[in-house]
Amino acid sequence: MSEYAQAQNRERQQRLERVWGNLPGWGALAAVNHTTVGLRFIATGLMFFLVGGLLAMLIRTQLALPGQDIIESGLYNQLFTMHGTVMMFLFAIPVLEGLAMYLIPKMIGTRDLVFPRLSALGYFCYVFGGLIVLSSLVLEVAPDAGWFMYTPLSSATYSPGPGSDFWLLGITFVEISAISAGIELVVSILRTRAPGMSLNKMPIFCWYILAMALMIVFGFPPLILGSVLLELERAAGFVFFETAGGGDPLLWQHLFWLFGHPEVYIIFLPAAGIVSTLIPVFARHPLVGYRWIVLSIITMGFISFGLWVHHMFTVGIPHLAQAFFSVASMLVAIPTGIQIFSWLATLWQGKVVFHLPMLWIIGFLVVFVCGGLTGVMLALAPFNWQVHDTHFVVAHMHYVLVGGMLFPLVAGLYYWLPHVSGRMPSDSLGRWGFWLFFGGFNLTFLLMHLTGLLGMPRRIYTYEAGLGWDWLNLVSSVGGFIMAIGVAVIVVDIVLHFRFGKRAEQNPWGADTLEWAIPMPVNTFNFSSLPSVDTRHPMWHTPRLVESIAAGEHGLADVQALRRDIYGSDATTGKLQEVVHLPTNSWLPLMTASALAALCVSLLMKAYLLAAVFTIVALGLVLRWGWENGAHPRAAPTDHNEAGAPPLHSRTFSGPGLWGMVVGLMADGTFYASLMFGWFYLWTAAPEWTVPAHDSVTLLPMILSGLVLTVAVIAYCHLVKGLRRGFAAHLGARLWLIAALGVGHWVLLAGQLVSAPLAPTERAHDAVLVVILLYLLLHSGLAVIFTSLQAVRARLGYTAVQLPYEPVVIQPFWLYTLGVYWVSFVAFVLLSNAWSVG
Amino acid sequence: MFGWFTAVLVGVIALWLFAIKRSPGKASAAHLRKVQKRWIIWGGLALPVSTITVVLAFGLPLGQRMLPQSSPEGGELRIEVTAHQWWWEVNYPDSGISLRNELHIPAGRPVNLHLTSADVIHSFWVPRLGGKLDAIPGHTNILRLHADEAGTYRGQCAEFCGRDHAHMGFTVTAHEPSDYQQWVGQEVSDE
Repeated sequence: MSEYAQAQNRERQQRLERVWGNLPGWGALAAVNHTTVGLRFIATGLMFFLVGGLLAMLIRTQLALPGQDIIESGLYNQLFTMHGTVMMFLFAIPVLEGLAMYLIPKMIGTRDLVFPRLSALGYFCYVFGGLIVLSSLVLEVAPDAGWFMYTPLSSATYSPGPGSDFWLLGITFVEISAISAGIELVVSILRTRAPGMSLNKMPIFCWYILAMALMIVFGFPPLILGSVLLELERAAGFVFFETAGGGDPLLWQHLFWLFGHPEVYIIFLPAAGIVSTLIPVFARHPLVGYRWIVLSIITMGFISFGLWVHHMFTVGIPHLAQAFFSVASMLVAIPTGIQIFSWLATLWQGKVVFHLPMLWIIGFLVVFVCGGLTGVMLALAPFNWQVHDTHFVVAHMHYVLVGGMLFPLVAGLYYWLPHVSGRMPSDSLGRWGFWLFFGGFNLTFLLMHLTGLLGMPRRIYTYEAGLGWDWLNLVSSVGGFIMAIGVAVIVVDIVLHFRFGKRAEQNPWGADTLEWAIPMPVNTFNFSSLPSVDTRHPMWHTPRLVESIAAGEHGLADVQALRRDIYGSDATTGKLQEVVHLPTNSWLPLMTASALAALCVSLLMKAYLLAAVFTIVALGLVLRWGWENGAHPRAAPTDHNEAGAPPLHSRTFSGPGLWGMVVGLMADGTFYASLMFGWFYLWTAAPEWTVPAHDSVTLLPMILSGLVLTVAVIAYCHLVKGLRRGFAAHLGARLWLIAALGVGHWVLLAGQLVSAPLAPTERAHDAVLVVILLYLLLHSGLAVIFTSLQAVRARLGYTAVQLPYEPVVIQPFWLYTLGVYWVSFVAFVLLSNAWSVG
Repeated sequence: MFGWFTAVLVGVIALWLFAIKRSPGKASAAHLRKVQKRWIIWGGLALPVSTITVVLAFGLPLGQRMLPQSSPEGGELRIEVTAHQWWWEVNYPDSGISLRNELHIPAGRPVNLHLTSADVIHSFWVPRLGGKLDAIPGHTNILRLHADEAGTYRGQCAEFCGRDHAHMGFTVTAHEPSDYQQWVGQEVSDE
């Protein structure tokens, strides 16, 4: 390259940096860039890990000797509840999400995730939610009913303090962040891969993350529903889980584990993805059995939703059901086995170079296989009856979670450190850290299996001497402290490496994936030009990519109209489809998350008027957010595009927004399905279920309201169909008309809610009906607001026949609203009324 | 079960370490593919499937036998246990005896415990006499208890139930059948 060309290239890169960079100083809080947000997630998650670890140390101190009184029972219960909560919700999931957010765009050869502001919102929701949950510990009112919050222990009668509210509200808040990350990762992986990267050329890590993200979308809503219902029961006296009035405490357990079991795999899959990424690199051999592994990832995802009941083997469920869930639970061993032996075969055929991350991978294997085997034992009901809720389960769970998540995570952290810092970690300190941690871990938990078999239940703050548990507990505590020293060594190692680490050369491990084509330490726009990909191992087949990308020889090399641009591609073939223009730095995520945090705190203080105010503020901010989107001139200033380049996504019919909407509705639909499950569950299984003698809801207005909604949705679909054909006369007026129909429907329905003789604080039946009516009102209300805004945008010219993007995005929401309305009409209203008449 | 599982654990780890140490040597691509497939099919499919089958073949019938069924000759003793925060209420409906935190049962004869709770969820567990079962408000679960030998057995609440969960213990005393009758007689006359 001539000197002139080099100068040109530098200027080009500076232009990219100006458009993609974060704002200086405090402006960094407005950052939406996936690299920044991902690293923030990881760093914050590691902080919470240290907090959770500290709690564990306190627990082990109390249990070290029998009959100790260092920590009294009340505080101990807060400690173990918070240990579980912090580690699961504030460490494991967010850290892995952060890692995925950081890596995915880099691995699929693009510049950012597809909804950057959503990433930032997710981060702030996570931090604020986490701080709210942690603050309860400082205020000495931390939740103390165990991390799975079984009712009635967690209900208002038996946990009158605010502890459970902190948990329910704070964790729900954190879950918003998980779901937003889930949606974003799914759409990014499916729609913004490098041109030519078909699904079967995708790095294996992306498959794992795709599965994880989809599992979050389907796995979290049941718990969100459970939390909403329990909070309604605690705060407003609605009946859902209380036996008197027709609730059932077991419903909570079903909802919790419907989430809780997939969650284990949500944590395990990305970690296994790290293993599948690292092993081929260090074995210098492509991953053996790529297709087998993809298949087992998918199988695992499906099976994991079918075995939640194995957490409930001792609640007295029928034997046939136990047998079914036993078998289902054991089946997980098959996809796990396939992965373990694929990794083995890869190592077998490759020539392994041994570095620090490999040590952690071996640690993972030993610990995880052990945990998996005790898992198979636990899946067997008679064995489970014996060791359920004992320290055997505690040991098993730590083997699976620490083995299946923490070991691969640390391997991954060491592996990707040079990518972030441009420096190599130290080998010797790292080995010390590993051996201390590994030794301490096994000392703590291997013997704990025996403690459990000898009959020590979990969650007891003290125990008598002479039951054979004394020395075992002492050894476990000593092991725990050795493990803590190991963590300290690793932290020191990582901190020191930022200053003293050896400079890393490009692609220091000799990896095959695209993230190593980025200059180190990482910049804000990843690739200064976007390459096409036609192989699973781009860096092995075309090492020159590093230079050609930097020289701007590939796509979207220069900034257009000061926009952040990436490529959008076909979901399966990876064929180039459109140019997606992304929003830039924005304060709206921080403001929205702050409003939501204020809402959360006002609910905690039971200041409901204030809560209503903040709800409106948050809604306003979200609408403001949506305003500068799509074809708004601030989002896409001009049509002007590189000659011959594909169209801007805001000029097409199937941009990422539509995909985001559909995936979002999947989560919403799961929430609804869980509510329906709860309804039928209570109907059939609650010991004191009662149906009122009179009709709960009047049929005629319900039918009328539904018909008005149907007309509105038909009109909307007609309008979108017209847009697709290039016909858009009276667009604004028609949108107003549809919104007006929606309002008519809403008013009729709201009238029902007000006038119906429902007693939600007395009967679970009525409580569920109130929730379902509110759910329907929320949806049609939002649909009306969206459509009204579209009408305004049509007048301003942001929505038009050549700019059809946004009405297409809203269409599925209308259809969904219509669908749940009629399903609810049949499953809730008709069923209930038929019963009361008959 | 523990023996076989330990063997699997040690075997897998040993194979991994050997695979890391081993140098691959030269082999044709076709041969390599065959070796790969063999690993996945034998290790990834056959091993877990056979293990699961064996475990289930033993485990499922065992689980079936441990459930409370009315035996043909009848004669199970019925005891009603209601859990409270943080103590156990024990009632013998046949003889009208009530006890607190202790059970007395005849050895060698099946006993059906009807478990429920007056407040939160608890779990009834005597480690040496078998599995545990939850006591849930609004539900009644039946646990079959069978002590082969006379003696005193320690029991404890196994489901976390609040402040004094750690202190919610109880004892089960199994008597020889004749002693048991004597004990019942004495309790009834005391009341």
